[in-house]
Amino acid sequence: MSWGNLIRLVALLTLLALLLWPDAFSGAFGLLTTNGQPAIYNQGNLLDITLSHLGIVAVATLGATIIAVGLAIIVTRPFGAEFLPVSRSLANIGQTFPPVAVLALAVPMLGFGTAPTLVALFLYGLLPIFENTLTGLTGLPPAVVEAARGMGMSGWQRLLRVELPIALPVILAGIRLSVVISLATATIGSTVAARTLGEVIIAGLLSNNTAFVLQGGLIVGVLAVLIYDGLSALERSLLARTGQTRA
Amino acid sequence: MIEIDDVSRLYDGRAVVDQVTLTIQPRTVCVIVGTSGSGKTTLLRMINKLVNPSSGSLRIDGEDIAGIPAYELRRRIGYAIQGHGLFPHRTVAQNIATVPGLLGWDRAKTRARVDELLELFQLDPASFRDRLPHQLSGGEQQRVGVARALAAKPNILLMDEPYGALDPVIRAKAQADLLSIQRKLGTTIVLVTHDMEEAIHLGDTIAVMAHGKLLQSAPPAEIIARPANDFIADLVGSSERPFRLLSLSRVGDHIEPGTASGAPIATTASLRDAYAELLWSARTALPVTRDGEIVGQVTLAALARLAARPQ
Amino acid sequence: MSLAAPAIDRPRPTWLALDKLGVLVAVAAGIGIALPFALFRANRIVPGEAMGLFAALPLHLALLLVATLIGGFAAALLRWPAHLKLAVGLVVVGMLFVLAGLSASHLTPDGDSFARVSPGAGFWVLAFAFALLVTDALTRLALRPWQRVAMLLAVAAAMALLLWSGLWNDLSMLREYANRAQSFWSEAQTHLGLAFGSVAIATLVGVPLGMVCYKFAALRASVLNLLNIVQTIPSIALFGLLIAPLAWVAAHVPGAKAIGISGIGATPALVALFAYSLLPIVANTVVGLVGVSPAAIDAARGMGMTRWQRLLSVELPLAFPVILTGIRIVLVQNIGLTTIAALVGGGGFGVFVFQGIGQTAMDLVLLGAVPTVALAFAAAVVLDALVDMTARGTRT
Repeated sequence: MSWGNLIRLVALLTLLALLLWPDAFSGAFGLLTTNGQPAIYNQGNLLDITLSHLGIVAVATLGATIIAVGLAIIVTRPFGAEFLPVSRSLANIGQTFPPVAVLALAVPMLGFGTAPTLVALFLYGLLPIFENTLTGLTGLPPAVVEAARGMGMSGWQRLLRVELPIALPVILAGIRLSVVISLATATIGSTVAARTLGEVIIAGLLSNNTAFVLQGGLIVGVLAVLIYDGLSALERSLLARTGQTRA
Repeated sequence: MIEIDDVSRLYDGRAVVDQVTLTIQPRTVCVIVGTSGSGKTTLLRMINKLVNPSSGSLRIDGEDIAGIPAYELRRRIGYAIQGHGLFPHRTVAQNIATVPGLLGWDRAKTRARVDELLELFQLDPASFRDRLPHQLSGGEQQRVGVARALAAKPNILLMDEPYGALDPVIRAKAQADLLSIQRKLGTTIVLVTHDMEEAIHLGDTIAVMAHGKLLQSAPPAEIIARPANDFIADLVGSSERPFRLLSLSRVGDHIEPGTASGAPIATTASLRDAYAELLWSARTALPVTRDGEIVGQVTLAALARLAARPQ
Repeated sequence: MSLAAPAIDRPRPTWLALDKLGVLVAVAAGIGIALPFALFRANRIVPGEAMGLFAALPLHLALLLVATLIGGFAAALLRWPAHLKLAVGLVVVGMLFVLAGLSASHLTPDGDSFARVSPGAGFWVLAFAFALLVTDALTRLALRPWQRVAMLLAVAAAMALLLWSGLWNDLSMLREYANRAQSFWSEAQTHLGLAFGSVAIATLVGVPLGMVCYKFAALRASVLNLLNIVQTIPSIALFGLLIAPLAWVAAHVPGAKAIGISGIGATPALVALFAYSLLPIVANTVVGLVGVSPAAIDAARGMGMTRWQRLLSVELPLAFPVILTGIRIVLVQNIGLTTIAALVGGGGFGVFVFQGIGQTAMDLVLLGAVPTVALAFAAAVVLDALVDMTARGTRT
C-alpha cells in the first residue's frame, strides 16, 4: 500500500471513530477550550448531522447531474445547437453568483430549512457539471465521431455508445468539482437552519469555542478530501480503460 | 571553420552521439542526414552548446567553445528550427530584432537591419513588420524564422529540419532562396534533415549519421557514386542514383556544339531537368540558351554517359 | 425571379422564421406577465400581498409596458439581426427597471414610511426572460473586448442614473438602504478592500511561488496538494479557525497589533481569503509556464538568452493570459466569499445578508446580495476582456 493510501485509510478510520465515539476525542479537543467549555459538540449527534450534511449534498448533486448532463446533451444535438452559445454565456454568468447570494435569494421563495440549501447547492452544482459535459461532448476526437457515423450508428447510438462513454471521465471531473464545492457550501446552509455541519462551526463561532469550529471544519475537510480522491481514482481508472491520458 | 573532434554525448550511459569527428569548411553548406534517433540533432545542438559533449571538443575558427559562455556563443551563431519557434506574442519585427536587442544594438540600426532582412526574404517590410506570427502562412513563418536567425549577421547558421513542416512547392522555393542567400552572404550553414533529396540539393558536404556514429562525410557526388555502406546506398535509393547524379550538374557545364530544334532549355537548369524534358518531348537533343541566345545543345547520349556509375 | 416560378420556390423571408431561443424567452415572458408584478407589504416583515400588472401600475403605464412587451415578443420570436434584438431587449429590460420603481411609488400611500413594495415574481421572470434575450444577442454579436467593457460602463452609468434620479426610492431595497446609507458605504469599502486586497497579496505571493514550482518539479506536487487541501476547508470554518492564532500573534508578536493584526475583524477574513486565492494563482502560473511552446523556448535558448531573459521576455509574457485567468477566477470567487467574512465580524456586504436572514427581512438580504453579484459580474467582464486582450497570438 502506498503512503498516500495509508494516510487516506488512517484519515477515514479517524473520521469514523470521531463520528461514532466522539467522547474519546474530548481530551484532544479539550486543549482548545477555555473556561470549561464543552470540548465536543453537545447540541446534537455528530454522526446524524454528518449524514444529513452528506444527504443534502448527495441529493443536490444527483439532481444537478441529471439536469446538467441532460441540458448539455440537448445543446450539443443539432436540434439544440442554437442554444449552445447562450448556454455557455449563462454558465459563465452563473459562476459569478456567490453561493451565499444564491442561498439567501432562495430563502424568500422557499422559507427556512433544508429546501433553500438544496436549491442553492443544486443551482451552484449545475455549472461545473454542465461546463465539463459540454467540454467532453464538444471535444471528442473528430475521427471517432466520423467513424461512428460511417458505421451507420444513429444519433442515439452514437450518443450512448460513443460520445457519452468517451466524455465520461470529463463529466465525472465536473461532478467531483461540484461535490467538493457543495460540501463546503452546505455549511453555509446552517445560517438558514439547514441541518449541516455548519451548525457545529457556527455554534463554535457564537460561543467562541475553537474546538467546535475545528470539529466541524475538520469533518467537512476530511470528507471533501476523501471524496475528491475517491472520484479522482475512479476517473483515472476510466481514463486508463479508454486509453486516454490525463490532459 | 567548425572542427568537431572526437565528440560523444551519453544519456544514461548510452551514446547518442558516438565519437564523431567532422570538419566543416567556412562558407560551405554541410548537411547532416540521418534517420530519427541517429544523433544528428544532438550533434547540431552541441555546436551552440544547447547540449554539452560528454567527451571530445568543438572548435570554431580554432577557438575551443568550452571556454565561451553559452549565451555569448549562441548570440554569434544563427539558429533556425523546425516549426520555426517564433515567439507568438511578438511581431515579426520584434522577433527578428531579438538577438540585436540582446547584443544592445541601437534602435535605428536594428530597424534598418530588420527591413533589410525582410526585403532579402521577399517580405514587404511595410506590410509584414507589425504582423503577429499566427497571421503568417507556413512559408512566411519559416522565412521569418531564418531571417531572425540571420539578424545579427552570424558567420554560422544552424538549421534543424527547417523545412520539415512545409509542403513540397513551398519547400523547393525556400531551398532555392536559402542557397542564393548563402552565396550572397557567405554564411557557413550546418543543416540537419532526414531527407536525402534535400541533402543532395543543398549540401556542399553531406555527413550521414546512424546510431550516433558518423558513417560518411563527402560531397554529394561521392555519396551517390561511392556510398560507404549499404545503409547509405539505401538512403540514396538505388533506383534514384542516376537521376540524383544528374541533378548535381548544370546544363551550362555540358554544352556541345550543334543545333537542335524545339523549345530550348536554360544553362542554369539541372541536367535532370534536361533529361526529363528530352524524354517527355521525345527528342534526342535540346537547344541551350544563355541570356536568350542559343549557345549549343545538350544531348541524350551525353546525359546517359554522365548518369552512369562514375569509374 | 420569373413570374412563372412556383410559389414553393420562394423562400419565406428569413426575418419571419421563428427563433428557438425566442420561443423559450416568449414562454418565460408569458408566464412572467401572469405572475404578480409587485409585492406590497404594510410593513417590513408581514407577508406580502401580490399585485398583478394592472394593479401595480397606473393604467397608462401598464398599457405602455404591455405595448413594449409585444415589441419584445416580436424581437424574441423572429429572426431579426442580433443588434436589433439587443436594442429591443435592452429597451424592455430598461422599461421593466423604471416601471418597478414607478409601481413602488404608485402603491405606496403618500407619507407612509412603513409600507414596503418590492418587485414580484412576475418582474423577476420578465427581467430574466429578456436578460436572456440580451445575453443571446450579445453572444451572437461576439463583441471585441473593449466593446464589452464599454457596454458594461454604459449599463453601469444607466443604473447609476436610475438610482440618482430617485425613481427607485420607494422600492423596499432602497428603503433599507436609506435607513443605513452610511454603513452601506463603509461596508462597501470593507468588502472591496478585503476582496481586492486578498487577491493583490495572493498575486504577489502566488506568481513567484508558481514560478518556483515550475522550475523545481519536485516541489510542484506537494505545494499544489497542500493548497488543494486548504480549498476543501469550508470557508466559515477557516475564518473561524484563524481567530485564535491571529489573536495570539497580536498579543505576543511585538508590532503585530500596530499594523492592524487582530483576532477578530478583518484580519482573519483577509488571511482566509488569501489562503483560498493561492491555489488558482499558483496552479495557473505553473500551467501557463508549462504550456509555453517548447519550440519558442528552444529558439530563445538557441539565440543566447540567459535564464532570466528567457523568463522575462518569453515565458512570462506567454504564460500571462493563463495567470490572468487564475486571477480572474480568484477575484470573482473572493468577491462572493467576502460575504462570509461578516460571520466573523469582518464586515462587508455579508453584514446585510446575514442581518437580513436573521430578521427574515429579504430586502435587507438583497441590499447585501445585489451589489455583491453586480461587483462579481463586473469584475468577470473586465478581467475576461483583459485576458482576451493579452492573449493576442499566444494561443492558437
